[in-house]
Amino acid sequence: MATHWSQELHRLLRRQNIRQVSFVPDAGHTALIRLCEADDQLRAVRLTTEEEGVALAVGAWLGGDKSVLLMQSSGVGNCINMLSMLTVCQIPLTMLVTMRGDWAEFNPWQVPMGHAAQPVLEEMGVLVNRADREEDIVPLAEGALRIAYNTLRPTAVLIGQRLLGAKTFDN
Amino acid sequence: MPANGSSDKTSRLERRTVVRALLADRGALLVVAGLGAPAWDATDAGDHPLTFPLWGGMGGATAIGLGLALAQPDRRVLVLTGDGELLMGMGSLATAGVQRPRNLAVVVLDNEHYGETGMQPSHTAFGVDLAAAAKACGFPSSAMITTMDQIAALRENIHRAEGPLFAQIKIAAGKLPLVLPPRDGAHLKNRFREALLGPEAHAQR
Repeated sequence: MATHWSQELHRLLRRQNIRQVSFVPDAGHTALIRLCEADDQLRAVRLTTEEEGVALAVGAWLGGDKSVLLMQSSGVGNCINMLSMLTVCQIPLTMLVTMRGDWAEFNPWQVPMGHAAQPVLEEMGVLVNRADREEDIVPLAEGALRIAYNTLRPTAVLIGQRLLGAKTFDN
Repeated sequence: MPANGSSDKTSRLERRTVVRALLADRGALLVVAGLGAPAWDATDAGDHPLTFPLWGGMGGATAIGLGLALAQPDRRVLVLTGDGELLMGMGSLATAGVQRPRNLAVVVLDNEHYGETGMQPSHTAFGVDLAAAAKACGFPSSAMITTMDQIAALRENIHRAEGPLFAQIKIAAGKLPLVLPPRDGAHLKNRFREALLGPEAHAQR
């Protein structure tokens, strides 16, 4: 079986010297969260809401640590005001966002925030790339990390629902 | 329910006296000051490169302190914030409680009001007990503080006790003259990182 993209993402985080990985869980991030929790070279921080992860990244960077925030697209809305700090203070952060309310969505309540996730991030000054093919995830994440930490700004990679597989409630 | 507070308001501690005492001889202490009056109080006690005063990001002070404490496990970190700021980010107490950083202290200056917006009573004026919430979230040490004797002990604990520790200090409500820190966020970040990390602050890793 081919290497799962989560394993390649985890290796990328190691290579890029990421020290804190914070997350509100999403199904699409399950494997990566498990790999990060098992890795004693980085700190996995479970959050109660995604905006804590933005604030955590500010503290991490003040202390010299690079960090990454994992979330589902609905969490983007929870982050809006806190994202102000990253642009005002020129603090880097890369967010890896698994999409809901996207291709073949089943739940109507997921659609508004999924639809708005990319423009909301861009309005708040975040550079956004979108992966709709599995082979694009790791190169786009690497580019997002490099831009974030070389040019001191927030970046995000949206991981499309068509790639992840749309959630259903079929038994 | 009337906003009657939990103790005699005539004997409440004066916030700037409290903060000056907590930050006296601060040594290598790293400080995050929450937006509004706590940031002005920290500045009144002496603007310092290793203080990061917040002009925004309401609800984020505790999580910023947590990220800093995890990045710098050999340094003590103090989050100095207000009741309204903490109430907006109460989930971060649970997040910090799970991480249990031994070097983190969260101190709330509780005047039971939103001081920057017209002195509207906050939830603590109606009995919400932040120290009990912190305890329930896994802070092994959590106290409600009402006297200057307790402040002296708290200052010692911020520097030496095994954390994470939490304190809710009941202070007098009232507007004081503004003592503003620099407001350029990039400057505040750069001076903090340079003072803490030295030349590494500008190295690419």
